[in-house]
Order: sequence, then C-alpha cells, then structure tokens
Amino acid sequence: MTHPTPSQTVGPFFGVGLAPVEGEGDIRVEGRVLDGAGEPVQDALIEAWHADGFARCRTDDEGAFHFEAPRAPFLNVTVFARGLLRHLGTRMYLPGAEDEVMALVDPARRHTLIAQPDGDVHRFDIRLQGPDETVFFA
Amino acid sequence: MYRRSEFAPVHNRRQGALSELEFEPPYLHPDYRATVLRAPSQALVKLPDEWFHSARGPAFGRIPVRPSDADLTRQHAGEPLGERIVLTGRVTDSDGRPVRSTLVEIWQANAAGRYVDPVDDHPAPLDPNFTGAGRCLTDADGFYRFLTVKPGAYPWRNHDNAWRPAHVHFSLFGPSLSSRLVTQMYFAGDPLLPLDPIFNSIGDPRGRRRLIARFDLETTEPEWALGYRWDIVLRGRSATPAE
Repeated sequence: MTHPTPSQTVGPFFGVGLAPVEGEGDIRVEGRVLDGAGEPVQDALIEAWHADGFARCRTDDEGAFHFEAPRAPFLNVTVFARGLLRHLGTRMYLPGAEDEVMALVDPARRHTLIAQPDGDVHRFDIRLQGPDETVFFA
Repeated sequence: MYRRSEFAPVHNRRQGALSELEFEPPYLHPDYRATVLRAPSQALVKLPDEWFHSARGPAFGRIPVRPSDADLTRQHAGEPLGERIVLTGRVTDSDGRPVRSTLVEIWQANAAGRYVDPVDDHPAPLDPNFTGAGRCLTDADGFYRFLTVKPGAYPWRNHDNAWRPAHVHFSLFGPSLSSRLVTQMYFAGDPLLPLDPIFNSIGDPRGRRRLIARFDLETTEPEWALGYRWDIVLRGRSATPAE
C-alpha cells in the first residue's frame, strides 16, 4: 500500500479553477461559514455530495453560501478554505433524522449537524472553531 | 495530533495501519497564520472508512470537460508569456490501481506570479493570454496531461518577506468521498520550499517530497516545452474490509 498524496490548502484564488456547480433538488440550503472569532470566512468552497448529484459553491463577503439539493435524510458536506490545510467533512441532516453516524456524535453537539427550516430554505451554518463548533468527521 | 473522539468506533487493524502511514498536514499549523482561527479545536469524529466509501463521487457530467481544456496556452487569441511546460503523471489509488476517467482540475498564477482572481492584488502584470485554469479526465491507465507555463513565485504577507514557492493547485475526485484531494504541486529545486509554511506543514520529509514534480527529459518535447512528471496517489480501499 502506498501513502496517499498529502493535502494542501485550496488557498484564496481557487475561483478560476473550481467553477461552481449548480445543485438540483427541491430544497434550498443557505448558510454561513464562520471562523473561531465568529467572523465570516469569505473564501471557503462548499461541496454537497449525495446519491444523485453534486453541488459546489463559494462563500461571499458575508461568509454566506447557498445550493439546491434533493430532500435526502442527509447530505455529505465538505469545506475547503484558505487556512484549511486539509478539507473538512461534515453532514447536514434534516430535523428529526437519526442514524448510526448521528449516534456516534456527542449528544451535546448533534445540533450542529441539523439544518433549521426557515420559510422556504434550510439554514445550515458551519462554525470551523469555537463555541458550537460544527462536528467534523474523519 | 487529533485525538479520536471518545464516541468513535474501534478501528479495524488495517485502517489503523493506514493512519500510521499518513503524511497529511495537521489542521492547526500556527506558522501558517490563517490556520489559527480556522482549524477545528474539537477532535474529528472518526467514521468507519466504508461509510465514506459508500458515498460515491459526483456525476462528472455536471462539469463539462473539453479536450482543449488541458491546454492552458491556447485559451486566448495569443500565447501566454513564460516557460512552456508539460505537466503529466499517473493517478493511482493507495492499492496501486490506476484511477481512470477521473476529473483533474488545476489552477495557477501566470509566469509573473499573478492570478487572474480579482482578490489577487500583487502588483505583477496580468497576462491577457493566460487564465491559469485547466481540466482533464485521466485516461485508461490513469494518466493526466496538461500544457501550461511555469507559474511564478508571489508574495503573500503571512510573515515578513513571505513568498510562496512556484506551485500549481490540483483538485481530484477519484471514485468516492474519501478519495477527494485538493493539493499543490511544487517544482524540484525551488529555493523557497524550505521557507514555506504551507509546504512545511507536512512534518514528514517523505510526505513533502510527494508534492514535488521532477524534471523529466522523456516528457520534454524537443523545440517546444520542458516536461515535468508528478504522480498522485488517492486514498483507496485498503482500509476497508474486503467487499
């Protein structure tokens, strides 16, 4: 077995290379990416993976992102950013969802994985560090 | 560096063996200042690898790839300035199998060390004939190939007189969520490499060497372009129980 090639940060200038990919589905996810000081992360790239497809988008000056996805029990969400030497993986669940992965997570932190319905959208904020830090998986 | 969560399941033996061989950088590497407020402070929750493997890669049809996308020197009316180079290599998984038909996306600064990205305010010239983005699919043996120009070094304000070594950013998907890789390729002999906190975030010199392309006379095209060879290994299925 050979070691995998190590990761390096996506850096701040990925926009030209990693074009956005519009998701498809009946739910709209909106969220923000925040750092350990609660400040918006303005140069993150979010990917949402699910059985039927893929969405990719970057954050704006407010750290905000949005994508469309099908109504699935959960989405795999990956976060790339300047300052992340490796990407981070998390999951976005719809309210009420429970599964074997959720069961592995400290009950006090499970809420960080659950999107909140807000009118026509589901809100899913990603906190990289600090209070209410999002649960990331390895 | 990161403790396994107390909620994590027990590793199987083969998976443990893989993690000992990892060359990955840590999340927190204070020499690279941007990690300080962005690295998670909690331990990552370890999932059994087969759960990641069960998440298939995205449908690549969503990202169109034309054969001309692999030639970064022919995307404008004229040719970009700089040293023309061929970048090629083989993509395999950690079990040694070629990774076929997978999407490879690259982006880079121009020969003067300037990105097209509007965020880049380095006072080096833009090149009207160079965007610095390319993509291709690996062939049946796992090979990718790009024609581009050698990127320049550029300053980045991380510390006093900080300059990034010349590099090309690479993004690969592979067959599953666990094979996803975003990294940077460097050039052998670059005097900035020992000074770069991002490159040196990888503690093991064997891991750092894995990011360095070597000059390759066989890849070099006579009277046309210097050749560089850089092979890539994506995380494979070794760590998961036999299917």
